[in-house]
Amino acid sequence: MTQSTLTHIFLMGVALTCLFPIFWMIRCAFMTNETVFVDKALIPHHLNFGNFAVAWTKGNFAVYFLNSVVYTVCVVGGIVLVSSLAAFSFSRLKFPGKNIIFYMFVAAMMIPLPGSFVALFVMMNKLHLINTRFGYILCMINVGLSMSILLLKTFFDKMSRDLEDAARIDGCGKIGIWWNVALPLARPAIAVIVIFNSLNVWNEYILATLLLGDSQLMPLQRGLMVFQGANSTDYPVLMAGLTMAAIPIVVIYLFMQKHIVKGLSSGAVVG
Amino acid sequence: MHLIGLRNYQELMSDNLWWDSMGHAGYITLIALTFQNALAFALALACDREIRMKRFYRVVFFIPPVLSEVVVGLIWNWILNPEMQNGQHIGLLNHLLYTSGFPQMVHNWLGDPKTALTAIAIVNSWKGFGWGFIMLLAGLQTIDKQLYEAARVDGASAWKTFTNVTIPMMLPVILVVVILTILGCMQVFVLILTMVSEGLVNHTDVPVLRILSAMTGTNRFGYACAEAVNFGIILVCVSFITKKLSDKAKQV
Repeated sequence: MTQSTLTHIFLMGVALTCLFPIFWMIRCAFMTNETVFVDKALIPHHLNFGNFAVAWTKGNFAVYFLNSVVYTVCVVGGIVLVSSLAAFSFSRLKFPGKNIIFYMFVAAMMIPLPGSFVALFVMMNKLHLINTRFGYILCMINVGLSMSILLLKTFFDKMSRDLEDAARIDGCGKIGIWWNVALPLARPAIAVIVIFNSLNVWNEYILATLLLGDSQLMPLQRGLMVFQGANSTDYPVLMAGLTMAAIPIVVIYLFMQKHIVKGLSSGAVVG
Repeated sequence: MHLIGLRNYQELMSDNLWWDSMGHAGYITLIALTFQNALAFALALACDREIRMKRFYRVVFFIPPVLSEVVVGLIWNWILNPEMQNGQHIGLLNHLLYTSGFPQMVHNWLGDPKTALTAIAIVNSWKGFGWGFIMLLAGLQTIDKQLYEAARVDGASAWKTFTNVTIPMMLPVILVVVILTILGCMQVFVLILTMVSEGLVNHTDVPVLRILSAMTGTNRFGYACAEAVNFGIILVCVSFITKKLSDKAKQV
């Protein structure tokens, strides 16, 4: 056996362990409550397509799914808006306390979320934002902000000032330069921010647990736990719910994987 | 407002459940640092050459990390299910062990305090190794190929080349991966929520779950804050020390 065959066997083995549990989840989503415990064939003998409909309607997954979509869109939009404005100001404007405020954002990155969510919960309670969509969106924007500001600021710092001067001569104000020059040029960095924050918001669990108690407001991950708690033995429908939570993110990943690899790699090499 | 000084911190210092939970998180982190990162490094080395299907492997290895912890935890909870029905094992792992001739290995993996934490740590590594793999692969690809060429001309063995060229060149990336692994794994808790039932709580508790239970379970917000501050300081210190070590290593 050559070395290259051994390498392939090793890589294939790991790839299989990556894919098989996901395949098993999808497979079990197509079974009934009776067959799922006894039929261990790779492709089940009787396919049952009803679980997805049951999960969507009776399992309340229609609500969870839409909530997740709304949260992801709002949070990612908010992060891009706030972080690009903030990073542009940190990079180009002069104002008192600029460095202190910027280092506060950087320092916030060092503090792990579990270290701060008690204070966050108390604050949201005082602001009467517990159990509201708005409160959850605000908190999630805050979670993604530091990293995005840092990334965009390094990007803007490297950007040439000639284009800005040209825009200024053409009569652009500061906001105009941000909108017409800085944002279009920062598109690669914004793509990385959008992808990573989308993954993060879609998969987020802890803040949704703390801040949202009403099942009409819950995103998918939280909804899955509620469903599992209430129907712990209905495995086929649970697997259908898991599939619905996993497939969108995997599909987005497959389309965007070049950007993801690029973002991670630059992060690792810059270190 | 009623101030009680440092009493919460005093109580925390002698709270065995808290330090046990820290130990559990440390155990999960240790497995991730050794097993998961060694696997990631081996895979990255295997992919850092001209082999077929390189792209396929790179895409597949990063699928577990994009799944959420809830999804991963519930899938594995189902695969590791210990129950039996009509003389058949429900869980896939026990079923495979039974039918492939290892019936003595059939085990209640998540229900036994001795194996529960290890099972969680391994699932955590399954979910996490893709991050390390992508970063280490990116690092390997920045190494100048002429260095390998020079080592080959000097007659260095594959092992010598690895220890004297690859490892020193990769040190900065390796340390980034180590810091991220420590920070990520110390904060794992959703996997534990989804995989372990209530009864085992003292054997698999982690700091984040202690903070949550002090908050929502007993409504002791002050104590939860003390735990959170303690936890935050420990994490910041650990990443600071690792950073210092890496700066030192870079100078040598």
